[in-house]
Amino acid sequence: MAVVPKFVGERIKRREDPRLITGTATYVDDVRLPGMLSAIILRSPHAHAKINSIDVEAARKLPGVVAVLTGADLKGKLGSIPCVAPAEHIPFHPVLAQGKVRYVGEAVAVAVAANPYLAQDAVDLIDVDYDPLDAVVDPEQALADGAPILHEEFGNNLVTRALVPNPAVDEALAKADRVIKFRVVNQRLAPIPMEGRGVVAQWNPGTEQLIVWTSTQIPHLLRSALAGVLGLGEHRVRVIAPEVGGGFGCKLNFYREEALTAHLSMTLGRPVKWIERRRENFATTTHGRDQITYLEVPIKNDGTVLAIKAKFICDMGAYLQLLTPAIPGFSGLMMTGCYKIPAIAFEQVMVFTNKMATDAYRGAGRPEAAYIAERTMDLVAAELGLDPVAVRRRNFIPKDAFPFATCAGLVYDSGDYERALDKALAMVDYPKARAEQAEARKHGRYVGIGVASYVEICGIGPSAMLPPGVPGWESSTVRIEPDGHVTVLTGISPHGQGQETTFAQMTADAFGIDIDDITVVHGDTGIVQYGVGTFGSRGLSVGGAALMMSVGKLQDKLRKIASTMMEAPPEQLAFTNRTVALASDLSKSIPLKSVVDAAYGWKIPIPGMEPGLDATSFFEPPGCTFPFGTHIAVVEIDPDTGLVKFLRYVAVDDCGNILSPLLVEGQVHGGIAQGIAQALYEEVVYDEGGQLVTATLMDYAVPRANMLPHYELGNTVTPSPLNPMGVKGVGEAGTIGSTPCVVNAVMDALKPLGIRHIDMPLRPEKLWRAIHEAKKA
Amino acid sequence: MRVNLTINGHPRGDEIEPRMLLVHYLREVAGLTGTHVGCESTLCGACTVLLDGRAVKSCTVLAAQADGATITTVEGLAHDGKLHPIQDGFWEEHGLQCGYCTPGMMMAAADLLSRNTSPSDADIRHAIEGNLCRCTGYQHIIKAVQNAAEKMRSASRG
Repeated sequence: MAVVPKFVGERIKRREDPRLITGTATYVDDVRLPGMLSAIILRSPHAHAKINSIDVEAARKLPGVVAVLTGADLKGKLGSIPCVAPAEHIPFHPVLAQGKVRYVGEAVAVAVAANPYLAQDAVDLIDVDYDPLDAVVDPEQALADGAPILHEEFGNNLVTRALVPNPAVDEALAKADRVIKFRVVNQRLAPIPMEGRGVVAQWNPGTEQLIVWTSTQIPHLLRSALAGVLGLGEHRVRVIAPEVGGGFGCKLNFYREEALTAHLSMTLGRPVKWIERRRENFATTTHGRDQITYLEVPIKNDGTVLAIKAKFICDMGAYLQLLTPAIPGFSGLMMTGCYKIPAIAFEQVMVFTNKMATDAYRGAGRPEAAYIAERTMDLVAAELGLDPVAVRRRNFIPKDAFPFATCAGLVYDSGDYERALDKALAMVDYPKARAEQAEARKHGRYVGIGVASYVEICGIGPSAMLPPGVPGWESSTVRIEPDGHVTVLTGISPHGQGQETTFAQMTADAFGIDIDDITVVHGDTGIVQYGVGTFGSRGLSVGGAALMMSVGKLQDKLRKIASTMMEAPPEQLAFTNRTVALASDLSKSIPLKSVVDAAYGWKIPIPGMEPGLDATSFFEPPGCTFPFGTHIAVVEIDPDTGLVKFLRYVAVDDCGNILSPLLVEGQVHGGIAQGIAQALYEEVVYDEGGQLVTATLMDYAVPRANMLPHYELGNTVTPSPLNPMGVKGVGEAGTIGSTPCVVNAVMDALKPLGIRHIDMPLRPEKLWRAIHEAKKA
Repeated sequence: MRVNLTINGHPRGDEIEPRMLLVHYLREVAGLTGTHVGCESTLCGACTVLLDGRAVKSCTVLAAQADGATITTVEGLAHDGKLHPIQDGFWEEHGLQCGYCTPGMMMAAADLLSRNTSPSDADIRHAIEGNLCRCTGYQHIIKAVQNAAEKMRSASRG
């Protein structure tokens, strides 16, 4: 009788939820310390300006104000906010502006007082004398002659230029039946976690130890960066990511305010809190996307895509955050999507503009790539009068070609793209949907069907694939406590993904114990071994693999000890119902607790074995995983209002084996919502002078419940060979598949009007204008 | 100035600054940090509480305006160690991920279910359109509210 998993694969209610639904969770703003002060930051109203002088006298004199600091007070005391990704020009990134501001919202001064109301009063009394300078906002103008230069020391606004040439692409362009040329824009987006950023810093002068609570996805990497900027040893810095209210990539970073709040606590000798407000979040938390791509695609008349040639203009903003110039690389490497396209060439020009920095946002480079690949497929279909599904089938990498080495140098681990496509087509009843569309068109209705087959790259590793300082591995410690309960310490830092549940499911089944026998701890560098964090859909595929390594070490040790107690070979022992049992006859067993007692009490010594039950492991992934799937949307556009209405939304995703079905659904739903938001609603807008126009939730259209469809989900399961669980990752998949799917659907709806492409977001006004222009013509 | 009000069944009175927002009063004076601040501008709904039984965004109500009122926050949903059906619904249907919008979302749902015991999915989407969630894409929240509505109906049937 084999041991059947009790928890893995089941729809388990999350173990995170009781504290979250009762209001007893502790987010950063809920941290309260004796004597704690509040910091409020004065920010630049100008996109680009010289600071002549800052008068802080009135602010300092306000009763109750403890400190007011400007850039001059920090000069030479704090290092640069780091960017670890390689680039030709990496500017000094100050904590408070040094003589010049380069984007709206740049931190200029800070006031510290007993409470935020008083600190705001002080900020209102600070008088800054600026000389406004011309701003550069359009990334395509950033390198033009005479463009205002952000960082004078570089002589121009170039961050870096990446060139991946390939003569085979030029040959393909020369011999192709046709060449399709087009331009796509992946507009600038704001991640908008519902909890903004926030920091509490507490310096203890007695121990010379700094504790920082901060809303982050990467507590350990942040500790390294923070210690570096402050000039402290890492052993003196403890970073705690408490409950974190969403991240979506924008908290995969290290920000000025983290250094500033820590510095304030160290100089004032009291705990200091800074909580970001939503306007600050829009202006000063990293944005995502913001790429313009010019494409040339040589094709054959049967729909075969021969190559892709691309030029990217990537808007990096005014300064470089942790990974800013590393993000566009994934767009280039992944733009062949699910297709056996034999050659690509691309050039990426990354530029400074007077805006907030871009960096990772859910998908980070891959949504842009999927958008390119999937718009390409639909434009090929439109050019040749073929069905978009047929064009995809013609170009798919066949299922027997895996592992598949792409022309970009990546190795796709496993896949069966046609199976996911077939399943999605069956769910939507594609022939019927097309027939209904034809009927609707006869009545002048604008109904469209959009298909997108995506593949993405997750769990990125080995470490050499990432910039130095952001490794690809992950860590775990598993400790069986003396009473038989289990503590898991993981280096990932979940903030909504639910690994406290998933990791408990895996651990419970591995030791044959109950899920409630386990506590999963994360996000505290004072407790958890060095880890990397939660981003890039890596939590389970990399963090889970590290967990299973430690679990395996303890299983081996328990088996060895039990073997001496049961007089049976270790390899014949299994864990079930809180016992160690003979795998061939589970009734022959001893309580797990007696084996734990032996390990701690050492009643039956085994030569060469240490006491205790504690194992730490680091898992270095041998390669990346490549989740994939097909999304299909059926939409109808109201020509009188330009409003897009969803008739169906079907998503078939393949994230390998599924350990927590309920959580996978949740990840896909949320991803689809954010992808639809890019397609239809959201855009960060700066005006020509560099003013941030979308600085509130009134102006920036984060979708509300009545703006999103009902999602119909399906799965195929193609395990990854690269980790013991066979998982691929699912955190970003929904975002990557949905954006091109919805744009393809809207363009399909507008096909009778001869419209082939409109840039996102496809908001009603834009569609209404396009429809009316087309009708006039 | 002084305010007197009842929070989750407990009367209290405090000296406050006239400019203090209700959400800051609840969090900083009453120590109830389950109500969150998400936008300070009425747009995200994270701070939703019940004021005399109706959902309000407590970031744009002055504490002074709540003088004499009865307030219910997320901390007041459970009774005698037993979760409210709305809390159970959110837990069972995976109606939350990061949890930051959840208290406000549940209070908006409480307002809806006090007026409409059998809401359609469209009714729920309409009722929570003032509450943003960035994690779930809302579908599991709709299911959570339906789950709670069903529990509350069967409880009232006895």
